[in-house]
Amino acid sequence: MIEISHVSHQIAGASILNDVSLTIPRGGITALIGPNGAGKSTLLSLIARLTPLQGGQITVDGADVTTTPTDALARRLSILRQDNSVAARLTVADLVGFGRYPHHKGRPSPEDHAYVEQALEMMGLHPLSGRFLDELSGGQRQRAFVAMVLAQDTDYVLLDEPLNNLDMKHARQMMERLKEAARVSGKSFVIVVHDINFAAAYADLIVALKDGRLHSLGTPEEIVNRPCLRDVFELDIAVETVGGHPFALHQIAPEPLVES
Amino acid sequence: MAGLSLMIGASDMNLGAVFRGEGDDALILLASRIPRTLAIILTGASMAISGLIFQMLTRNKFVEPATAGTAESAGLGLLIAVALFPTTSLMVKMVIAALCAIAGTLLFLKILDRLPPREPLLVPLVGLMLGGVIGAIGTFFAYQLDLLQYLGIWTTGEFSGVLRGRYELLWLTGGLAVIGYLFADRFSIMGMGRDVSITLGLNYRTVMWTGLIIVSVTTAVVVVTVGAIPFLGLIVPNIVSRIMGDNLRAAVPWAASLGAGALLLCDIIGRVIRQPYEIPIGTIFGVIGSMIFLYLLLGRQSHAVR
Repeated sequence: MIEISHVSHQIAGASILNDVSLTIPRGGITALIGPNGAGKSTLLSLIARLTPLQGGQITVDGADVTTTPTDALARRLSILRQDNSVAARLTVADLVGFGRYPHHKGRPSPEDHAYVEQALEMMGLHPLSGRFLDELSGGQRQRAFVAMVLAQDTDYVLLDEPLNNLDMKHARQMMERLKEAARVSGKSFVIVVHDINFAAAYADLIVALKDGRLHSLGTPEEIVNRPCLRDVFELDIAVETVGGHPFALHQIAPEPLVES
Repeated sequence: MAGLSLMIGASDMNLGAVFRGEGDDALILLASRIPRTLAIILTGASMAISGLIFQMLTRNKFVEPATAGTAESAGLGLLIAVALFPTTSLMVKMVIAALCAIAGTLLFLKILDRLPPREPLLVPLVGLMLGGVIGAIGTFFAYQLDLLQYLGIWTTGEFSGVLRGRYELLWLTGGLAVIGYLFADRFSIMGMGRDVSITLGLNYRTVMWTGLIIVSVTTAVVVVTVGAIPFLGLIVPNIVSRIMGDNLRAAVPWAASLGAGALLLCDIIGRVIRQPYEIPIGTIFGVIGSMIFLYLLLGRQSHAVR
């Protein structure tokens, strides 16, 4: 599990995270939600040691992210950032292959190739594997980056907006496959999602952040309901139940609640 | 493939020698022809690899050590060495030049950190400016110390002065090129940015310094022995990247052979065109190279807009 204790973070004097403590369990999908600027991406960067910790402590299965050697951590945890502007001209197969680097350090074995194949397969990239990244659409590129992170085969996978640029088909497919991977291999995914209904339908645990603080944490039913969403997003959102999952109708203003 | 390219280069070289009517003299062959060919191959290959690594470090396709301050810094260092310790060995001068090259490259990388990342064309411009400033400082001191002639030699690469005993330092660049190849995966990952590097467990700092030292020392050795060859480290990696992509494990051998081949060709042109006189290879490559560079730049512009 990932234990976050008393983490605070400032950027240029502005407080981004304020004394956040929470535990992300091992296995399953944890979704981070919250309005823009709530500190979701910063929290992911801190967990993945991309940004040095300023205050507090974060451990991944007991290993402190600031003191554990970076290459050891790379076999345990991987992250995909939100903006992936890779200028290098790499093929999809090259890119996904680099996901295995922490394991083979430059000498890929047949096992590494098998993992790459599996990741390509999972993201439906086989027909594109020989294409250069700059010859792909935004959604295809996004899938290639997710495949790279999956090929890294870590227990913990942090994904910042993995559904970026994806069409409906691929967005749903990606969530289904992440869910499947979590179920089959016991992996833990921590994802930032903007569409709250993806969190409601696929996450095992939802963590709501607001203004750099932990707002609430619970099952989809506990978080995705009208009062809680109103508090987190400062927006009145009607919530229905569809197929056993709460479903937020956030695109349209609801009928005002009649107080009785 | 690399072997094939070298063979073609070498036979061209012999053709050139025959053309000048000096081919059969064994002494000339051993003392001048072979060292010259080896020097060209080593320089071409190592400068191309340096350019490739430099472009990974800066994550910009339009820069290379010879036009972004590294070569100018090496020249300045060499000038300092000649001015302060005129009697020391070539080795010591090379070390001073290399240290200055490292400092100049580091300065360039520090400036890059402060540039907006969305303006890729700003990077080569800043590089040219930095190179210009450092070059101007060098010219000033050279003028004051009456060493302008030397500066001219260092900034325009040519191989006519290469004889046995004068080029062996270049083997060092061959060694550095091999290290560059061994680190190829790490440089490729580095080319994907800091976040990806850390995620993949790369020691970003170590790799950065390794690249910096390979690029700076290679450039310094080339400046000290034969003189800077502008555009070589720019055009060759760009052509290779267009065709092969930026997976350095595959690209490094290609860049090395293409760099060596292109330089051999330019050297032969330079020797044939006005024989028995020679046009410095740096000039030939500068003319041809700048044309190809403009073509790449303009071609890419239309390619990049989507």
